[in-house]
Amino acid sequence: MTKIPSVVTGADIVQWMMKNLAIEDPAEAMHIGSLIAAQGYFFPISDHVLSLKDDSTFYRFQAPYFWPSNCWEPENTDYAIYLCKRTMQNKTRLELADYEAENLARLQRAFARKWEFIFMQAEAQVKIDRKKDKTERKILDSQERAFWDVHRPVPGCVNTTEMDIRKCRRIKNPHRSVYGLVEEGTQSHSPIHTPSHRCRKGTKEDVEKEILFLNTQLDRHCMKMSKVAESLISYTEQYMEYDPFVTPPEPSNPWTSDDCTFWDLEASKEPSQQRVKKWGFSLEEALKDPAGQELFLKFLESEFSSENLRFWLAVQDMKRRPLHEVAERAQEIWAEFLAEGAPSSINLDSHSYERTSQNLKDPGRYSYEDAQDHIYKLMKSDSYTRFLRSNAYQDLLMARKKPETEQGRRTSLEKFTRSVKTSVLAKLPFF
Amino acid sequence: MCDQTFMAITFGPCDNCSTTSPLMNIYIKNEPTNYCSFCVEMMACQGLLKGETLASLKNESESLKKKLEEERAKLHDVELHQVAEKIEVVSALSIKTRRVLKGHGNKVLCMDWCKDKRRLVSSSQDGKVIVWDGFTLNKEHAVPMPCTWVMACAYAPSGCAIACGGLDNKCSVYPLSLDKNENLAAKKKSVAMHTNYLSGCTFTNSDMQILTSSGDGTCALWDVESGQLLQSFHGHTADVLSLDLAPSETGNTFVSGGCDKKANVWDMRSGQNVQSFETHESDINCCRLYDLRADREVAVYQKDSIIFGVSSLDFSLSGRLLFGGYNDYTINIWDVLKGNRVSMLFGHENRVSTVKVSPDGTSVCSASWDNTLRVSRALGMPWLLVLYSLT
Repeated sequence: MTKIPSVVTGADIVQWMMKNLAIEDPAEAMHIGSLIAAQGYFFPISDHVLSLKDDSTFYRFQAPYFWPSNCWEPENTDYAIYLCKRTMQNKTRLELADYEAENLARLQRAFARKWEFIFMQAEAQVKIDRKKDKTERKILDSQERAFWDVHRPVPGCVNTTEMDIRKCRRIKNPHRSVYGLVEEGTQSHSPIHTPSHRCRKGTKEDVEKEILFLNTQLDRHCMKMSKVAESLISYTEQYMEYDPFVTPPEPSNPWTSDDCTFWDLEASKEPSQQRVKKWGFSLEEALKDPAGQELFLKFLESEFSSENLRFWLAVQDMKRRPLHEVAERAQEIWAEFLAEGAPSSINLDSHSYERTSQNLKDPGRYSYEDAQDHIYKLMKSDSYTRFLRSNAYQDLLMARKKPETEQGRRTSLEKFTRSVKTSVLAKLPFF
Repeated sequence: MCDQTFMAITFGPCDNCSTTSPLMNIYIKNEPTNYCSFCVEMMACQGLLKGETLASLKNESESLKKKLEEERAKLHDVELHQVAEKIEVVSALSIKTRRVLKGHGNKVLCMDWCKDKRRLVSSSQDGKVIVWDGFTLNKEHAVPMPCTWVMACAYAPSGCAIACGGLDNKCSVYPLSLDKNENLAAKKKSVAMHTNYLSGCTFTNSDMQILTSSGDGTCALWDVESGQLLQSFHGHTADVLSLDLAPSETGNTFVSGGCDKKANVWDMRSGQNVQSFETHESDINCCRLYDLRADREVAVYQKDSIIFGVSSLDFSLSGRLLFGGYNDYTINIWDVLKGNRVSMLFGHENRVSTVKVSPDGTSVCSASWDNTLRVSRALGMPWLLVLYSLT
């Protein structure tokens, strides 16, 4: 048993954490423990470094008064009083560290006019402390020091009291002194402490809107969980082989090997079988890949329906333009695809056609939404399924493509011999 | 794959006032109608004329909420992790930090990947925005901002510009020049103007539109060229802290998370709030997964030993893994389907502010208050992509 009051060993803390937070790995317990120490909820009794060691080092728990959850933002006057107090007591354990001595010197310069007040406060506190029980004083001193280690950390240590500025702006923190001082002068408020943005109280309009919203949600058709689960599973299973965190990419992950071949292959115009396979997942995947889009367009051309895809792409492009270009582009698209006698006339049902022509009276980015949606659904249900069954796609998918050069040579040789034959034979008198 | 079950958006004459505009599909006494946003506002005010008190309206709202909860619960026939028991465990990941990007003088608050999968932009409390080639560790551009706490930054899809903002309440776009000597700050273009800090920004699938979220409780869509406000999104009752676009190129929605403990899904075209997910005060330090088609929470990712909040999240490419950046300086990696933690990443010396997976999923970048960014990789669902976390 130790004579030191109110302490616990680092090892004990680690054990407790592993047991109560269901942690298997002591390293994880050490990590969390160190963070809790860094926040200042417990501290080593013998030095300023707020971390956790898994051994017989002694730690003490912080008093609830000093907990960070109280959202202290202690002023420098409090800190000055504290450092001043330390210098007044003749105890080696209270000797100032170098950085503390520097801080004190800086504060003395900054508070030169207030120093008498600060000195008096420090003196008063020392007097009160002397009346306390020795052991109690030791404990309180260590807790007070740990508090300042958190709020005025040792240089190089992480300042865990740093707050995200977005949080700062939301929290209204009254500046109050740790030592309960009420100063005559006004507290200096930092410019970032603007009044917090409280949630707006619900007005009648808000509630009416909410009711409208809820009614709409009630009428929504939703999927059963079991179906959702199956869908999520099949999606992830389908894409797992394309996920570099699950399936290592071929030939290698560029970040691992420092070799960009994988990226070059993905961008090449000669797609791998794996890439081609992805085009079969959905029309969107096929269109996402420039090579896929090109092949699909060629296929549509062979079926004399390429105007559908060209229309869809044109509208996508229009939506990506700056606002001032939109109206003009919209008219151009109308002329090309929808007007009477248009060169690339697309087939829309009369309802969509009417609507679209109405929209064009005041053309905007979404004038063609209906039409685009209609055409996309058409391509998806009709042309796309045929595309996937087409020779062009299947050949690529099965890598049945004969080596281009060999075939090329053969046909051109054939052509040549044929042409030679014809010309030679033509010269012979009796043919 | 399933189509999204959002309200179908129509564009045309309003059923009430006949002006042509994006229409909200709403139900009035169970009848579907299409009203423009102005008429919706007017109708909401009409409730006042009927002499209904605030109290009676609130009662109606509460009973609707209860009814909605009951209806949704009826479809909750099984838990995700139960169904996921039949699939294989994700093999134990060995993830290593491959790059540490040093150069910021203070906390790194945000980062974003370029579509080329290797470049990235980061912004810091020190007011600087740096564009890096993550692969070579080369700092390609450094832009000084007039304010500190640059909380948001984004890379344009073309790779030719970046956007950033923070305490200046604005979002500015900087075209990136190939000429190293050119002063980027001079070419700055102010696009978005909010009445409080900018918490998030992202380009849509074009260099010409930017979506922003702000401490003023709103989100907004802007035309970059003219700086014109294209659409604003009202509904949050407190600061909006983050936003994310739906991953589909045909999609028109995004989700925003706010301090009012709500995650709202919005239609970018009409400004309408199409779905909303709420969480409770007592639920801290965990991540929740919501499915948009089921319109409810389907999984929670938490552990007794995780006692610090999450600041940022991202999915791996297949959606099987979830990377969470925590205030305890670590990154926890979760199995999205089974619900257990797969791995933990140490290395940062202060809290992690942003976590983002690269566009092709080959690595994950984490930005931290320790002034560095780390790029890590492993040796080995758009309709579910609403994610909520509390700090």
